[in-house]
Amino acid sequence: MIGEKTITDFIYREAELLDTMEWQTWLDLFHPEGRYWMPLEWQQQDPVLQPSLMYEDLLLLKVRVERLAGERTFSQKPKSRCHHLLQAPRIVTCDPAAGVFKARTAYIYTETRGDMLERYSGWASHELVQVGDALKIKLKRVDLVNFDAPFGNIQLFM
Amino acid sequence: MKRYGGNARAIAALVREAEVHRDVYVDPEIFELEMAHLFPNSWVYVGHASQLAKPGDFITANIGRQPVMASRHTDGSIHVFYNRCPHKGVKIASEPCGNTGKFFRCPYHAWSFKTDGSLLAIPLKKGYEGTGFGDTQANEGLSKVRNVVIYRDFIFARLSANGVSFEDYFGESLSTIDNMVDRSPEGKLAVQATPIRYMHTCNWKMLVENQTDTCHPMVAHESSAGTAVKVWKREQGDSTETPMAVQLYGPFMSPYEFYEQSGIRIWPNGHGHTGVANSIHSNYSDIPGYLDQMVAAYGEQRAHEILGEIRHNTVYFPNIMVKGAVQILRNFIPIAVDKTLVESWVYRLVGAPDKLYERALMYNRFINAPTSIVGHDDLEMYERAQEGLKSNGNQWVNLRRLYDGHEEQDVTAVINGTSERQMRNQFHAWAKFITMGMDKRIEAAE
Repeated sequence: MIGEKTITDFIYREAELLDTMEWQTWLDLFHPEGRYWMPLEWQQQDPVLQPSLMYEDLLLLKVRVERLAGERTFSQKPKSRCHHLLQAPRIVTCDPAAGVFKARTAYIYTETRGDMLERYSGWASHELVQVGDALKIKLKRVDLVNFDAPFGNIQLFM
Repeated sequence: MKRYGGNARAIAALVREAEVHRDVYVDPEIFELEMAHLFPNSWVYVGHASQLAKPGDFITANIGRQPVMASRHTDGSIHVFYNRCPHKGVKIASEPCGNTGKFFRCPYHAWSFKTDGSLLAIPLKKGYEGTGFGDTQANEGLSKVRNVVIYRDFIFARLSANGVSFEDYFGESLSTIDNMVDRSPEGKLAVQATPIRYMHTCNWKMLVENQTDTCHPMVAHESSAGTAVKVWKREQGDSTETPMAVQLYGPFMSPYEFYEQSGIRIWPNGHGHTGVANSIHSNYSDIPGYLDQMVAAYGEQRAHEILGEIRHNTVYFPNIMVKGAVQILRNFIPIAVDKTLVESWVYRLVGAPDKLYERALMYNRFINAPTSIVGHDDLEMYERAQEGLKSNGNQWVNLRRLYDGHEEQDVTAVINGTSERQMRNQFHAWAKFITMGMDKRIEAAE
């Protein structure tokens, strides 16, 4: 039975996989129809007809992950690393009968490469679905507090 | 150490026929001279009239280092002025865009101005009686930028009082803007969203040059576009339809021969474009209903003419690039000698199917965002160049590819698409516009 703790544990586990760069295991958390969305507007509603920083399906996420390991991926020489500092997720919906599980998690995200270190603050919204015994990501939405600022490279995942 | 200020000859010597000295990218004094001379002497993009739909609407921008703003006046006219209160210099507008209502009001002492910039009111106006205020520049209100041209809703301004006229400056290069606007069945573009902003720690000219650099995609973007093609081949299964995403990434991996035959066209004053015969945008899927709309609007022949002109990147010297076929404008905004803010705008083709706008937005986030893997490839190269150019081992950047030894300057020509001639064209214009009037201005100051 999926309860609130299952959701919270899932979100912590997801962040851990990103921090330890277990990319393939991270991809396995996604539902085949899953999306990773990084809006570019405040309380954005539409990922397709409004501009986003990212709105990627599993194919595009696979491209990113494969690229990170590429022999000729020069922007990963040296490699980036990341760190997620999460607030306890707030459960928005936990409805096993309807199969709807949603949570919102405030975070501070750090991405570092060589001598550079950049820090970002925002909120991650997870929409999860049950597949067999496990939860899968239908939508992971990351809203940066300063989505409208000009950033340098963000190469990993928040 | 000042070496270049007021020394037009020393600046011109940085640009050889097919080489440029590294100081154009790394020397802070050269950057200051670009801000003081090159940008004011050039016609610079300020914004799009659709951002000023209603009276009182305004946008802010910078021309070089100069803060300016544009506004829609009550009579429908558009005005550009310096974004500075004539009283104490406070910026009148602090946001990228907004609506000021019937007048601008300085937040410091409540001086107010009509939306054409003229002075409306000053509190306690009596205090200025008999002070000679009427003879000061402040009495005129917000200082106007006099040389403003709005071409098919694209607002351009030249800060220098004297210089090349808009028509002479751009000439036939405006055909790319024409083509982009004509792609709307209503002949109209609209800005409906904020741009994607991406900070680059490199000189602004590296970005401009890269727009017509056709020998880098298959090399630098092997990691992104190459991987996209590879993953799709593996994952496509029985799918017969190539997803929009793969259609956008794939052509970056086109071989040298493709770029060679697609061609480059150069124009006077540093403008030019890649993709003459065809381009990496040529093979996107048709969007249902769009051709019918175009034929209804323009007739069979003209509609095909418009949609058959599929240019790649058009550089408008000094610092914008327009992609007519994808409705994107990239603005390379110089911040410092090694810092450039890139704002990438998408225009919606008014009256065209949503799918076209969806594709343009997708392209923009795939290629021009700080989260874009193609962008990561490019920025890595610019940053390495910015570092590498500090080397004293060789102080020259080589632009000799397909240089035939006696190139005419300021001409229109169509050439092999892997030529570096458009970069040479840009640097010829660079030397011309940065030194233009320089000696005269220094005499005037002395």
